[in-house]
Amino acid sequence: MSMLSVKDLNVWFGGGRDRVDAVKSASFDVAEGDSFGIVGESGSGKSTILRAIVGLNPTWNGQIKVNGQPVPKRRPKSFYKTVQMVFQDPYASLHPRHSVDQVLGETLHLHGFSDIEARVVKLLDDVGLGRDFRFRYPHQLSGGQRQRVAIARALAPEPRILLLDEPTSALDVSVQAEILNLLTDLRAEHGLTYVMVSHDLSVVGHMCGRLAVMKDGEIVEIMDVAALRAMQAQHPYSQQLLAASV
Amino acid sequence: MTLLDVENLWVKFPTRQGVFDAVRGVSFTLGRERLGIVGESGSGKSMTGRAILRLISPPGMVSADQISLEGVDLMQKTEREMRDVRGQRISMVMQDPKFSLNPVMTVGAQIIEAFRLHNKASKSVAYAKALEMLEAVSIRNPERVMRAYPHEMSGGMGQRIMIAMMLIPNPEILIADEPTSALDVSVQRQVLDIIDTLVKDRGMGLIFISHDLNLVADFCDRVLIMYSGRIVEVCDADKLHDAKHPYTRGLLNSLPRLDAPRERLEVLKRDPEWAKAPSVSARL
Repeated sequence: MSMLSVKDLNVWFGGGRDRVDAVKSASFDVAEGDSFGIVGESGSGKSTILRAIVGLNPTWNGQIKVNGQPVPKRRPKSFYKTVQMVFQDPYASLHPRHSVDQVLGETLHLHGFSDIEARVVKLLDDVGLGRDFRFRYPHQLSGGQRQRVAIARALAPEPRILLLDEPTSALDVSVQAEILNLLTDLRAEHGLTYVMVSHDLSVVGHMCGRLAVMKDGEIVEIMDVAALRAMQAQHPYSQQLLAASV
Repeated sequence: MTLLDVENLWVKFPTRQGVFDAVRGVSFTLGRERLGIVGESGSGKSMTGRAILRLISPPGMVSADQISLEGVDLMQKTEREMRDVRGQRISMVMQDPKFSLNPVMTVGAQIIEAFRLHNKASKSVAYAKALEMLEAVSIRNPERVMRAYPHEMSGGMGQRIMIAMMLIPNPEILIADEPTSALDVSVQRQVLDIIDTLVKDRGMGLIFISHDLNLVADFCDRVLIMYSGRIVEVCDADKLHDAKHPYTRGLLNSLPRLDAPRERLEVLKRDPEWAKAPSVSARL
């Protein structure tokens, strides 16, 4: 059974004359432990899909199922124990006046854990930072270290699905390699399911098993990475994207 | 044929912990070619570009044995004389059009201003010239764009407008600082093609600053690789993939590749020796 299933998802902004249909009838399934990529140019609606799944975008219809359970409009607390998200810009997604300890401690507290102390240390170890970083503030960390904190925060409630919105596009290539390796290890260790949005085909090709290509709010093609590597894209837009990336 | 000759360039910033050297003894020449400068963030590549135009403001300090533009040393010029160099003879395209265009002026007014600042021309001549320039950067419907404000433009359009504005005074050298990093892959190509054609047709020199190795290898003639304020390696762009320096090799190997799948990516192991070794000269 699929861990995450999206069927006929529509997302729109505004109303009346100014209505913009950002995502039009998108459908895909992700099996447990699998990694699914979404690629497309900016404005194609790829990030909007993730934001709709996690509840940051209230105007949507269609069906989203997590682990076989339909997701209601108002998401229960248990939903966020299963699904967590990592954002694009680690400079913007951490509170500048909260230390790493506060960021992780608060998340753990909100999710009702009692052994916060031990868990903060464990989370930092998991993302390869170590306990020295516990009482630092975001401005004392590099971009890569911040993204590790953001990943630790997402892992705090012990989710089963991680939604990754361009997790490395703000980072240098050498740091990108470290974060991608970390994500690969974490998926193997915790049996996580990933949905990863990126504009970089080679990153998605490295991380994912299957991917969807989006254009103007529609999924134009879903294919295996093997097909991508063999340059066997069917839709003319995916072919164009592939040609531009090699 | 040498347009620009930079010798022993240093950029320093005083901090509470002592003087920080952002650029350390960089030397290179630029002819009528496309010269790429690559490196990670903080390697000093953008600072090098800004220092050439003397755009480092105090407390930052620039020193160099010489920065000569066709034999004339820019380091000796007064601030007033520098204004005739900036835009007119050397111009610069920045990374993000959102922050480089004036939000309360129409696109047309900005391009016309750039042209009339350096050329004595009537408004109607300047208008015609601006239209022609917008057409040269493949903007469809230039009359409409002239009347539009920057926020009404997409990122790719904004960047093309920037290029039009920078090239209208017909400079000899263009410094492009990450001109396509804020753009989509598909639009990136178009913008690069435009820069390429314009640079070739006008016989200009181009300094192309980027963090993207593959892009630079593809687009430039010669590449400087910078690490912690120094040039660690110079090579021909088409031979970048045979680069020798462990830092360059490390950067190349850390890129995921569609044609060569791997379980794990190679992680760059930094050697403190790289930062200590003297800068390699790229003067011809």
